[in-house]
Amino acid sequence: MVGKAGRGKIKDTLFAGISGLAALSIIFIIIVMLYELVVGAGPALARFGWDFLTGTRWDPVREQFGAWPLIYGTLVSSFVALALAVPLSLGIAIYLAELAPPWLREPVAFLVELLAAIPSVVYGLWGLFVLVPWLRTTVQPFLGNTLGFLPLFQGPPLGMGMLAAGLVLAIMILPIITSITREVLLAVPSSQREAMLALGATRWETIRMAVLPYGRSGIVGAVILGLGRALGETMAVTMVIGNRPQVSLSLFHPGQTIASVIANEFTEGFNEMHLSALLASALLLFVITLLVNILARLMVWRMNKIPQGVSRE
Amino acid sequence: MVSRGLKRKLWNRFMLALTVVATAAALVPLASILYYVAVRGLPALNLDFFTKLPAAVGEPGGGLANAILGTIILVLLAGAMAVPVGILTGIYLAEFGRGRLAWTVRFLCDVLTGVPSIIVGIVVYSTVVLTMKRFSALAGGIALAIIMIPLVARTTEEILRLVPQSLREASLALGATRVRTVRSVVLRSAMGGIITGVMLATARIAGETAPLLFTALNSRYWPGGLTDHIASLPVYIFTYSTTPYEELHRLAWGAALILVVMVLTTSIAARLAARRLNGGR
Repeated sequence: MVGKAGRGKIKDTLFAGISGLAALSIIFIIIVMLYELVVGAGPALARFGWDFLTGTRWDPVREQFGAWPLIYGTLVSSFVALALAVPLSLGIAIYLAELAPPWLREPVAFLVELLAAIPSVVYGLWGLFVLVPWLRTTVQPFLGNTLGFLPLFQGPPLGMGMLAAGLVLAIMILPIITSITREVLLAVPSSQREAMLALGATRWETIRMAVLPYGRSGIVGAVILGLGRALGETMAVTMVIGNRPQVSLSLFHPGQTIASVIANEFTEGFNEMHLSALLASALLLFVITLLVNILARLMVWRMNKIPQGVSRE
Repeated sequence: MVSRGLKRKLWNRFMLALTVVATAAALVPLASILYYVAVRGLPALNLDFFTKLPAAVGEPGGGLANAILGTIILVLLAGAMAVPVGILTGIYLAEFGRGRLAWTVRFLCDVLTGVPSIIVGIVVYSTVVLTMKRFSALAGGIALAIIMIPLVARTTEEILRLVPQSLREASLALGATRVRTVRSVVLRSAMGGIITGVMLATARIAGETAPLLFTALNSRYWPGGLTDHIASLPVYIFTYSTTPYEELHRLAWGAALILVVMVLTTSIAARLAARRLNGGR
């Protein structure tokens, strides 16, 4: 009997050990990633130093690698996406959490989440053959005629470019910002609303002054999480951004992001230095998204423990 | 002069209407994407599409049978690696993990979910592909598995946490070991939820393209061994859509339709099942 109980204990320890080992694999993966990127980036960083970040020429043929055009393209396309997606997501989340009739809430939330299930490459295909032609023939000529005095909207309407990338990204990050914001709003206690309404506030005033401020940190976390997605999104951006590493104020011009330059050039690297420069940009992207995600998680976690995965509906 | 009360009322109306407009606006791209994928994809589908290999450039006809099969193989490979590791990690986090280590793993899981998938591709290239000196289905599967593990782990953990503590106590009080308790009581009652989580994760990785570009690469032939490069639907959509050929664009839309149907049915089925499990919540 003692032997059996002892065996049970050994099995328990063994099982706990195996599951702990699986858990350690997560830490292992992150460490390997960091290690590989740092080692790979070494030669390029050693040769270009800080110029790697500030240099404005990315020219594989002449072995000139300044990543500024890529960083610029990554930031601008992501911020265009946020500028479009944040107001929309907030509107949808408010509608779904506060206003929509109960029978409509779940189906609409479901449809918005379907946007998150569509593969990135399909967004790219749609962007390339539907969105880009529409931008070229309709949207960009219109913007050029009405707002053409702004440097943002100058140049020939090519379709492909920063604007197309920002638009596609906006659609792609909309569901994540919406669904987290909606959960944050649902977690706001109804006493907040009742108190405000009892003071004679309108619905909108209640939302603006009692509901949104209460959920602020969660909402900001959701937006930053969306930003993290946009920064690293690859396929859809690569297919519509035009892939030219240049810094230009106009959203009509083609650009290049860190992720898209990797997708385009990694398999046809000209030489060692080119590969190393690509790995260095990957390292940069990794560090940026890591920081952004840590920040976002901390903010959402602080707000309330939002269940992840399936239980999130 | 408009009274202050009226102004507030009108402003209220206006802002509330804007939220409805925002909701409608978000559904336009969804409708447009599904419409174009269906309308342009359907004409590309015929028997050849499902049974033949891609034709040489310039030749008409041909199909993407190898890419359909390749995607299925890659997803199964990734699942075979990620599901056990993911579920075990979830069990660790929910049942055994205490203190700083568990916190770190949980946090890194969430962080890993946010790492751009192209970076996973690059790292698997530098480790697996360079070591084996060839692009392979195995490398592609590993890349997809790395994306899948944290997803499965976190869902498993959340589901296990929903299992009432009293069930565990009852089992332990009967003299069952922890292993036995987890296996026959906790996992059994959480099985439905875990399967749903695995399905959602599968739907997510099936459409991934970036991690396959430098690992599984692509292929014009039928899938060979695990150490051969392999075709997949997402990579074909990318390469075909960026060529100048009408005929290949048509095939890309066909591939997109198949991929979207595969991904959406899996993910919708999982969501519906989840809703039923949650008691229609």
